[in-house]
Amino acid sequence: MMAPGLLVLFVFAYLPMFGIIIAFKDYRAYQGVLGSRWVGLKNFYYLFQTDDARRIVVNTLTMNALFIVSVLVVALGIALLLKEVQGSNRWLTRFYQSTLFFPYLFSYVIINYFVFALLNTSNGLVNHTLHSIGVQAVHWYESPQDWPVILTLVTVWKNGGFWSIVYLAGMIAINPEYYEAASLDGATAWQKIWHITLPLLRPLIIINILLSIGRIFYADFGLFYQVTRNAPELYPTTDVIDTYVYRTLTTIGDVGMASAAGTFQAVVGFFLVIFSNWLVRRTEPQSAIF
Amino acid sequence: MQSSSLAAPLQVAPLLRRQRYRRPRAGNLAVHACLLLLSFLFLVPLILLISASLSSEADISTYGFSLVPRTIDFAAYQYILNDPSQILSAYAVTITVTLAGTFAGVLIMALLAYPLSRTDFSLRRPLSFVVFFTLLFSGGLVPLYILVTHYLQIQDTLFALILPYLVMPWYVLLLRAYFAQLPRELIDAAKVDGAGEWRIFFQIVVPLSRPALATVALFCALAYWNDWYLALLFINNPALVPLQYLLYQISTNIAILQTSSQAFGVQIPALSAQMAIAVLAIGPITLAFLAVQKHFVSGITLGGVKE
Repeated sequence: MMAPGLLVLFVFAYLPMFGIIIAFKDYRAYQGVLGSRWVGLKNFYYLFQTDDARRIVVNTLTMNALFIVSVLVVALGIALLLKEVQGSNRWLTRFYQSTLFFPYLFSYVIINYFVFALLNTSNGLVNHTLHSIGVQAVHWYESPQDWPVILTLVTVWKNGGFWSIVYLAGMIAINPEYYEAASLDGATAWQKIWHITLPLLRPLIIINILLSIGRIFYADFGLFYQVTRNAPELYPTTDVIDTYVYRTLTTIGDVGMASAAGTFQAVVGFFLVIFSNWLVRRTEPQSAIF
Repeated sequence: MQSSSLAAPLQVAPLLRRQRYRRPRAGNLAVHACLLLLSFLFLVPLILLISASLSSEADISTYGFSLVPRTIDFAAYQYILNDPSQILSAYAVTITVTLAGTFAGVLIMALLAYPLSRTDFSLRRPLSFVVFFTLLFSGGLVPLYILVTHYLQIQDTLFALILPYLVMPWYVLLLRAYFAQLPRELIDAAKVDGAGEWRIFFQIVVPLSRPALATVALFCALAYWNDWYLALLFINNPALVPLQYLLYQISTNIAILQTSSQAFGVQIPALSAQMAIAVLAIGPITLAFLAVQKHFVSGITLGGVKE
């Protein structure tokens, strides 16, 4: 019964795990993974000699940190708004939920089209709007300093609705008697949010933050590769570990360097997951994943 | 919250019904205004895309992309549909991969999850860990790439687009949790009546687990439908290019789009044609979403809160 599933896991998850030995070898395709020569930590040595290493680690961490905070704030905000109007007008509330959720359905290839229609230098909506109010056109795809904000907006747009549904479900599960009692005591809507909704949602919020921290060393390849159109001008802020590994492997063809970066990511990522789970265990023991 | 995610959707339904219609208050109106504005902002990119696909090339180069087309012009669609064979081929690949991958994936994951949910299965704990560990640690791109292209040699086949996503550990754990809360008595009773494990699985467990299986199927289908990454890595043969990857190729080079009108010396409406093909690509998924959106919402609460 379990054989097909275990086989797929063995081939596509466990064999690649053993494949991290490639990072310690001078890989030659004709010699295969096992036949290639061991070179110790040489690949890592070369990787950390480059300026790229520092850049991709810093970019991965700062961009993910930006995403975690912004998605959390926006999703909670939307969920609170949806909760306020819940039960007032069936049609409208469904409209809000669907509209806010549906960017989640699109691949980053499609999102690249959306962003391109907004930002391209000569025809984009943003530059034309700037032009009409007398501001000079911006060459967005050559301005790396703007991309932390642009990519954060894209991420919030894509994922905000999804997480707001998760938080809304958490809010709806709160016993309505708390709110009734608060109303009797004359609490305002804000007081209810601060003293009932958010404190009772705390476990859910903490778990989600810690799970995201566990994944903070992994970037969303599609976001950084497609939405930036892989423009080299933007690498100073948008080159992350995942795009670096891909580019080094397929365009440059440097297996050693790519596998060193990938293995570094896998090992640090592993310890981050363990660490964040340890934190979950300490704060909300019932919610620890293992 | 800690109890179980599976309880959440069950609790949601009666609560929704309990709240009777309230007359909108001033505060509520402000909230509605906020949400309407936000919904509009979320829709802007989509409106822009559709409008651009319906604009004439001349308008786009003079006035840029706008939220409302100055003159409605179907030239871009005519240009693409003149010779739709390339798009139809991409659609055929995507549909094949999505159907085969989703069906096989859900079946294989359910078959893997079910024994793990049975407390009388002696290898339950170690094998659950085998599944779970793949969430914690992965070899990354380089070993996978070398495995697929050098050892399995399945690049440029549909297998390369299906197999890597077949078993997603997170969904296996979700299904395991769902199966585990099915009443044990049913399974025991079936056993007493002499039913084998396979029969119990297909005739009792599967029918009772429709909501969970449907959710997993929905998210698997979305993953396959939207995938371009595996094609980027493993597909060179133009006949095997899925829809999203074709879109990616077009966004980097409109000349990829081969249509017969080039032979007549018609000028390519490059900008609007790009947008039109993107519209053609998102049409089906938007319609499908509108049809099953309820399941999506309950699916998120099923998986999102806690396994």
